[in-house]
Order: sequence, then structure tokens, then C-alpha cells
Amino acid sequence: MSRKTMTRRRLIRICVTLAFALAAFPAPAEYADVVLNKRSEKEGVRPVVFSHWFHRIRFRCKVCHFELGFKMRAGANDVLMADIIDGKFCGMCHNNNIAWGADRCDLCHSGRPGLKSGIYGGHQTLGPGRW
Amino acid sequence: MLSRALRLIAMLLLIADAVLAAEVVRRWAPLAQDGVHDPKSPALKLLQEPREALSALPPVAGGNQVDWVQAIEQGRINPRTNIFPETRVRLLESDVLLNLRGSTPIVRFPHRPHTLWLDCGNCHEHLFKSRAGANKLSMDAMLQGEQCGVCHGAVSFPLTECNRCHSVPRAKPAQGKAR
Repeated sequence: MSRKTMTRRRLIRICVTLAFALAAFPAPAEYADVVLNKRSEKEGVRPVVFSHWFHRIRFRCKVCHFELGFKMRAGANDVLMADIIDGKFCGMCHNNNIAWGADRCDLCHSGRPGLKSGIYGGHQTLGPGRW
Repeated sequence: MLSRALRLIAMLLLIADAVLAAEVVRRWAPLAQDGVHDPKSPALKLLQEPREALSALPPVAGGNQVDWVQAIEQGRINPRTNIFPETRVRLLESDVLLNLRGSTPIVRFPHRPHTLWLDCGNCHEHLFKSRAGANKLSMDAMLQGEQCGVCHGAVSFPLTECNRCHSVPRAKPAQGKAR
């Protein structure tokens, strides 16, 4: 076997090993997960993790972003528990009728303490954007 | 002999690549290890795991590794379109070609998949004017989270998936020209 082939094989082996090693690490948060922590921790509860994938299976974007008026920018919506209990924002569905009610605090306030508000998740794009 | 060995390696690599693309790369972190959920939260016993929901949906690279438009088109999911009974659910089928004079492939913007998910009012008129040619689009703005980048790059497929928008090849003569 020529030296060139040996090097090429070694290179290929390294690439395959690297690919498997990378694949063995679980991805970070799911793409488009949003953490809301403007007030949560100050009020003594865990930050909220809002998963777009979970909601998207059940509702089209337009339900929250058109009918309910959620602005499409992380941090642009001032969500207060009082409003949710009044049936606004998340409370439109989280009312023990369409989805679990606002009394099930832990189900939404399930985030890791110390997280900053914003969009999280792997599988790109985490560019310079202001999401 | 040598070329046969190389061809074999190339074939094995292709197979490995296909396996990686089909199986190994489609991985979803368990909620307890995803870095945003508190592993001590009692919710983790009750919340749905991404793998359980997403592994059954049509695969694609990037984002949640799910082709969300195909998921609806194939009837795999049928998310609710409205909460208020009086809301008009609007669907538009027309395509718009963009970037006609650029150097990258032409962009075909399809209204159908967008209106399957969104209402006209989510983009018009504050993000995009409805008149063709009236919008000055820029990748730079999109990368900053403006224009298409309000969603693409944050919640819908990421901006690294160039060919999914830049999908129409330009006519041959334009290629091969000296720069």
C-alpha cells in the first residue's frame, strides 16, 4: 500500500471517528426553545421554558402570533401571571380547558435557575441576529 | 488494485454518511439534559420528550430536524388553525420569485407553506409590502433577525439551509462568465 493511501485512510478514519464522537454528544436545547425569566426568579419561581416544537404540533403559528397577538421577538411580550389568569397570553389556552391551567405552576416554570431570557437551541442559526 | 480499494472506501464512506444522516444525526436531547430545563423540576416526569414527538415526523437537516411543512401536508399533524370561531383562515397558493438579478440561485417564495402556518397579517404590510419588487431584501438584515430572519434562524428552518430558499438555478449562460 502506498504512503498516500495510508494517509488518506488515516484521514478517513479520523473523520469517521470525529463524526461518531460528535453524534454521541446530545444536542443542546431544542431549536426555538424560549426562556422567559424577566420576572420569574425575582418572584421566587423557576424560569419558564416555552418550547415551540411542542406547541407547533398542536397549534399553527397564527393562533398565538396572530389571534392572540404574541409579538415575534423574544422579550417583546410583557407576560404577567395576572394577565394569564385573566385569560390573556398563555391564559388563552392554559385555562384547564384547552390546556393545563395556570395553577400547574411547575409545568411551565421548569427552567434551570440562572438562565437569561431569550431563544435557545441547537441546529443553527446562532448568528449575530437579535432574536 | 489501488483504485478498487479507494472506490470501496468511498462506497463505505457514502454508506456511513447515509447512516449518519438518517439515524445518528437525528438526535434529540432528553429534557433533563438539554441545558434549559432544571433536572430537578417535577415537570420533567410529565412533559413530553422531544424524541417521542419528533422522531415520528418527516426528517430534514437543521432546526428541530423535522420538515414541519411536510408534516402538515402529509397529514402527520393537524395543528389547530384558530381559537376564535370567527377568525378567517386564509390560504394563498401563489409563488413569488425573488433575487432575480443576484448571483446566487433565484429564490422561490411559496405562499402555500407560509400560509399553512401563518396569517397574511403576520408578514404584511409591516415586514413586507405586498407589491412585487417593493421590498429591498438583504441577507445581512436577515442574519440580524429582520425580514425573513424574524422567523428563519430563530423558529423556522435556519439560514444555513441556503438551497431551500435559493432553489431555482439560473440560466446556463450566466455561469462560466469571467468575473
